[in-house]
This record gives sequence, structure tokens and C-alpha cells, in this order.
Amino acid sequence: MTRYQCPECGYEYDEAAGDPHQGYPAGTAWDSLPETFTCPDCAVRYKEDFRALEE
Amino acid sequence: MQHLAADNGLAGYVDRKRRLWLFSLMVPGLALVGPLLYMLVSPNVLWLWLSTIFGYVVIPMLDGVLGEDLSNPPEEAVPALEADPYYRYVTYALVPILWVSFIVNIAFLGLHELPWYGTLAVILATGGSLGFGLNLGHEMGHKKTGLERWLAKITLALGCYGHFFVEHNRGHHRDVATPEDPASARMGESIYRFVFREMPGAFFRAWDLEAQRLERCGKSVWSLDNEVLQPALISAVLYALLIAWLGIEILPVMLLIAFWGAFQLTQANYIEHYGLLRRKEPSGRYERCQPHHSWNSNHLFSNWALFHLQRHSDHHAHPTRRYQSLRDFPDLPRLPNGYFGMYLLAYFPPLWQRVMDPRLLEAVGHDPQRINFLPAKREQLMRRYGLSEAPLDGAGAAA
Repeated sequence: MTRYQCPECGYEYDEAAGDPHQGYPAGTAWDSLPETFTCPDCAVRYKEDFRALEE
Repeated sequence: MQHLAADNGLAGYVDRKRRLWLFSLMVPGLALVGPLLYMLVSPNVLWLWLSTIFGYVVIPMLDGVLGEDLSNPPEEAVPALEADPYYRYVTYALVPILWVSFIVNIAFLGLHELPWYGTLAVILATGGSLGFGLNLGHEMGHKKTGLERWLAKITLALGCYGHFFVEHNRGHHRDVATPEDPASARMGESIYRFVFREMPGAFFRAWDLEAQRLERCGKSVWSLDNEVLQPALISAVLYALLIAWLGIEILPVMLLIAFWGAFQLTQANYIEHYGLLRRKEPSGRYERCQPHHSWNSNHLFSNWALFHLQRHSDHHAHPTRRYQSLRDFPDLPRLPNGYFGMYLLAYFPPLWQRVMDPRLLEAVGHDPQRINFLPAKREQLMRRYGLSEAPLDGAGAAA
């Protein structure tokens, strides 16, 4: 399980926790998020802009 | 407080605007002053015009006289500036001021016999204060804390505009300065035409965004988790209680006030991105929103009254950045006055175009590929300003 971070606002998507408020339950893999995914907090960074965080 | 600057992570930086942000409480609070003076000093309708005259005459004049501020906090001071709770408390304090002001004004209208121009004055003043509520809801709605997001919804509920919280963050910021955005005005589009696209477009975009999110969550769009419905329910309860108290006659007045409040946002949306266009990349996606995709104003007084909303380029580059940290950059598209003066100009479309079209053409280097045209006026505007579809040499020069 990896965490991905928005380079603009610092929002983190943790695959283990998902983002249930956005409709992505715990355990939802980053790869299965839609390609249209934008940062839920700032909305100005796309999926491909996110960085995987080193564990 | 300021002598602590060197010790609190501000790296010696002193925020000279610190106390001046209290104008962001006082100016919206003016709508409350009119009815109070009418009741406590003398029953003179002129009092009720106070805040409207202040907004349309005094603020543009103060912007002209006090001028602009180009200073920025140094980047190393920003984390401490963002963490300082004082700035958040100023925004929290405006929530009860706006709620009290709204209820007092509605009760004042319901309980007093006023000539039509007195009623009109209260509608404009109260609607104007809802405009400041939209600005406050905007500032808080962008933040990540649950408290600020709820305060945003509670504030926006006053003018039945809670859906703004959804549509602005996840809609406008994504689509800004493209033809897809109902909240970005096009070149040649008057504000009177824009409002018919902006108000319904914003509502349906919010509704669709929530419907998609709730579908992913496996919930009904009519669920109480719907963030369009949550503030709408607060609005419904508030308006129902005021009708129960003051009679059904107060409803049309409240709706007019809510409309005038929403129109304040329409005005801001109209001037913030007028005519500016992000290019479409070969992938079919629009280029990232750049600083030159927003109009800015550094005018001192209107920025104090609006939590720095007018430093709009930095806001779009960094939407979660707090108002006290927003920066100016050189060579941004600039408005000749603050928002309040520009609203007045927008009421007269030929005048607006005369002032803004040359500025727009200069901002985009006369490149029609970088202009968001009203489709029906595209050819006419191209002819009028001698623009060519062929790429110009150096057309991509930074605005």
C-alpha cells in the first residue's frame, strides 16, 4: 500500500485508507482511481501530477 | 504582537496589514448600521443607503486615493503566517456579524412601513452583505478543516447559495478560463448576458458533481450527505422561521435579497477572468491555470474589505493558501480599479468593453488563440481589433 501526495496542497491519498468521502473505499488502489481524478482539496492538480511517497 | 515577529517563525517579517484585515469585518457590517441608525437616531431613509453608497462611491474613491500595494510576504514567513490563528479568527468573527445583520434587516423590513426607496435600500444593502458572505464562504470553503468548511456552508446558506461551496472548488477551479466554465466571462459577453449562463450553470455543475460523488459512495443523491442539500436545508429552515414570524409577504423580499447577494458573486466572476483562455493541449486537456489567466487588483482598500480576493492569480495557483499569504506577481493582467469600481463599469457594457478590451488584447499579446470569445461575437471582434487567426510571431510571449 502506497501513499500519493498532491504537489500543490499536500493532500495525501493513502491506498490503505482510501478517501470514503470521495467515494473511494479503504483499500482502493491508486491505479483503479479514474484518470479524471483531480485533487479533492485544491482541484488544480491531476492524477498524473501526484507523487508516490516513500515508505 | 508585532514585536514578536522575530520569534515566531516570521523571519523578521512584520505584516503591516494584520490589523487592517478588520476592515473585512467592518465593511460587511455596514449593512447593520443603517437600520440601527434609523431605529435609534432618526427614522431617515438616507441611513439605509449608507452601505450601498459606501460600496459604490466611497470604496472606488478610496482605491483611487490610497492606491495599490505590491508588497508580498517573503516565502519563508508564509508557514508561520498560515499557522497564526489570528487570521482565522477574523474570518470566524464575520459569520455571526453576517447572520445578525441578515436577520435584523429582514425583521426591520417586516416590522416597518417604508417607502419603496427605503425597501430598495435595505434590499441592496442586505444583498450586498450577502456578497461579502459569499466572499467569506469562498475563503473558508477552500480550507481543509471541517470547522471552516461547515462555517462556509452556514454562511452561504444565508443567501440560499450553499451549492457554491461545491461548484466553486471542484468545478470553477478545474474549468476556469475555458469555454466549459459558466463562471468565466467571455470577451464580448455583457454581464447581463453572463448572469443567465453563470447562475444556472453553477447550480447544475454543483448538483452534477455531488451526484457523481454520491454515486461513487453508493448513496442516493437525495441523501443528507449531499453537500448541496445540507446548506439548502439550513436556508429552508431559516427562511421558514422568518416567514412564520413576519408573514409570507417577506418571502419575495428575501428572494430579491438572495438574488442581489448572488449577483455580487456574478459580478466578481465576470471581472475575474474576462476573456482569458487556457490553451488546449494535444492530449485534449487544457493547460494548467497560469497566473495570466486571472485579472488582478492590488488596490489597498478593496483588498482589505475582501480578504485579498483580488490577488486572484495566486489564489488560482494555490487555492488552499490563506488570504493573508496571497502574493502579487509582476506582469499579471491588471484591473484599473478595485472590484467595486469595476462592478460599476460592468453595469455599462460599452464602457466596460472600451476599458477592458484593449487591456485584454494587451494581456494576451493580441493572440486570438488565447481569447475566450463569446462565439456569436467572435468574427465581429476579430474584425474590429484587426486580429488574425494565423499565429503571430512571438504570440506566445508571456502576458
